[in-house]
Amino acid sequence: MQKENVANVANYLTYKGKHKGLLGWVLSTDHKRIGLLYLYSIMTMFSVGVLLGLAMKFELLAPGKTIMEAQTYNATFTVHGVIMIFMVVIPGLPAVFGNFLLPIMIGAKDVAFPKLNLLSWWLYVAGVFLVLSAVIFGKGAPDTGWTFYAPYSFKTGTNLLPAIFGAFILGFSSILTGLNFLVTIHRMRCPGMKWSKLPLFVWTLYGTAWIQLLATPVVGITLVLVALERMFGVGVFDPALGGDPILYQHLFWIYSHPAVYIMILPAMGAISEIIPTFSQKMIFGYKAIIASTMAIAFVGYLVWGHHMFTAGMSGTAQYYFSLLTFIVAIPSAIKVFNWISTMYKGSINVQTPLYWAVSFIFVFLIGGLSGLVLGSLAANVHLHDTAFVVAHFHYIVFGGTGFAFFAAAHYWFPKIYGRMYDKGWANAGWLIFFIGFLALYTPMFYLGIMGMPRRYYDYLDDFHGGNILSTFGSWIMVTGLVIIIINLIRSARKGPAAEINPWRGKTLEWTVSSPPSLENFDEIPVIAEDDGPYNYK
Amino acid sequence: MSEEKHHIVPYRVYVFVLLALLALTFASIGITSIELGEFTVAAALIFACVKTFLVLTYFMHLKYDKKYIVAMVIFVFAIFFAVIVITFLDYLYR
Repeated sequence: MQKENVANVANYLTYKGKHKGLLGWVLSTDHKRIGLLYLYSIMTMFSVGVLLGLAMKFELLAPGKTIMEAQTYNATFTVHGVIMIFMVVIPGLPAVFGNFLLPIMIGAKDVAFPKLNLLSWWLYVAGVFLVLSAVIFGKGAPDTGWTFYAPYSFKTGTNLLPAIFGAFILGFSSILTGLNFLVTIHRMRCPGMKWSKLPLFVWTLYGTAWIQLLATPVVGITLVLVALERMFGVGVFDPALGGDPILYQHLFWIYSHPAVYIMILPAMGAISEIIPTFSQKMIFGYKAIIASTMAIAFVGYLVWGHHMFTAGMSGTAQYYFSLLTFIVAIPSAIKVFNWISTMYKGSINVQTPLYWAVSFIFVFLIGGLSGLVLGSLAANVHLHDTAFVVAHFHYIVFGGTGFAFFAAAHYWFPKIYGRMYDKGWANAGWLIFFIGFLALYTPMFYLGIMGMPRRYYDYLDDFHGGNILSTFGSWIMVTGLVIIIINLIRSARKGPAAEINPWRGKTLEWTVSSPPSLENFDEIPVIAEDDGPYNYK
Repeated sequence: MSEEKHHIVPYRVYVFVLLALLALTFASIGITSIELGEFTVAAALIFACVKTFLVLTYFMHLKYDKKYIVAMVIFVFAIFFAVIVITFLDYLYR
């Protein structure tokens, strides 16, 4: 039975359609193949981003120049940020696991617009190449930071325009994915799949899709304005021409703060799938999690100004943004409460995805609480643009999205490839990664409080100890990462055949073959009135 | 999906809306010849809002769509409005 699953010629991995070989993948409109195209593209870019991060940490091993000049360091943290934000964490979970699982989880054969889905991936690839061309060609890699702040973004002599246009095109990819998911969830749910029976991962994809659709155009237009400012000096952001550089920050963060929720909402959705499965228990507060998801998506639109407390905003706006920042923490806390309550008195099955999920909660809590420190006006004045912000940001984005990504990868791996990974290596990889993560980012909280600024390639001797620990942490973390990735790649090719439902999950993807057939279901499923996604009775 | 009814809008409705849009366009140009001071931009935006309403209602079929679609569009405009208001919390009090 298990061998038959892997050998199943009709599954999406072995299916041979109009095109064969590589073309059969890059021209495929199958949502599962597109999900894997995203997986391989994103992991490639993630590896590049990690290497740049390693180089930065190596530079900070000792004060003064270690391996690179200041200008190279500026370019390194800019390209690291652009890659990790626009090419990895924003598309990350929605484009990979959303594409692969959304139609299956709602009982559909594909997304609403399969060709648009493929176009999204091609736009992603085009955006990646444009950004990389900025690094390779022209007058040097961009050095503005991933935020492209005005007025420096139109003053710098580095090769910024291709990076801006690349980010613009990546935005289109994101918008089309969001549109596709919205229509799919509204129109393609199988009979009986009411809104109140949607898996929580689907709900979070729904909230995310709204943000992708509504917020991304703002940054697109803003980046076009920066390009026009650079090329023609139109004077929107340039104070010398009557423009306002703070307007740039408003427009940039009107997108980029909701973008944090594009990153974190699907991550929360994946965790909300994993915890009930490995607790073998109905999720605690299903409706509360849905309400908090939509609340995060909504309130997340309205708090962007907390990135600009020291930029010269009015006091009124600062009070407002600080207040709403504290309010947006509430729905996130509701989720944490629900996850922990789900595990309480559950029949807990400790497996690799659960290790990732529980460590996600741990690092997300620290990241979230340190965000409240930064949301407080007085503390922000002291901590703004210090290493504390970098630590907070990586705890939330890497600790949140990254941990959830690996949790999801280990959870759905047997479904995606029809094979099981080596659990011993997977657990070892997680442990080493987790220790490395803590060692890498925790010292930055201390360094930031002590006054070490971010984005500097040099520092005072007082900060040396913390930086040594942080750099060693980066080496430990990458060791864990290498183990995890090698284990998954090897297992995808040679792992033992996986069962259809190895974790005893209750959502629809665990009812189809592993790997799924080309059209997912032989017959569109019908959800019974008393059935539900977490029905463990 | 298949059981849904499609409302067929008579051509004359589209023609009336088109004429209204053209008239409003000319009116929005014409009003710039009147000195309105600080209300010049407000006048232009009011004309733009009315035109947007007509396009959404008739050309994009919102009038004949299900109510939840209308609610979603209203929600989007509410977000847009909130973002503008919040941005001006900075500019008005700076």
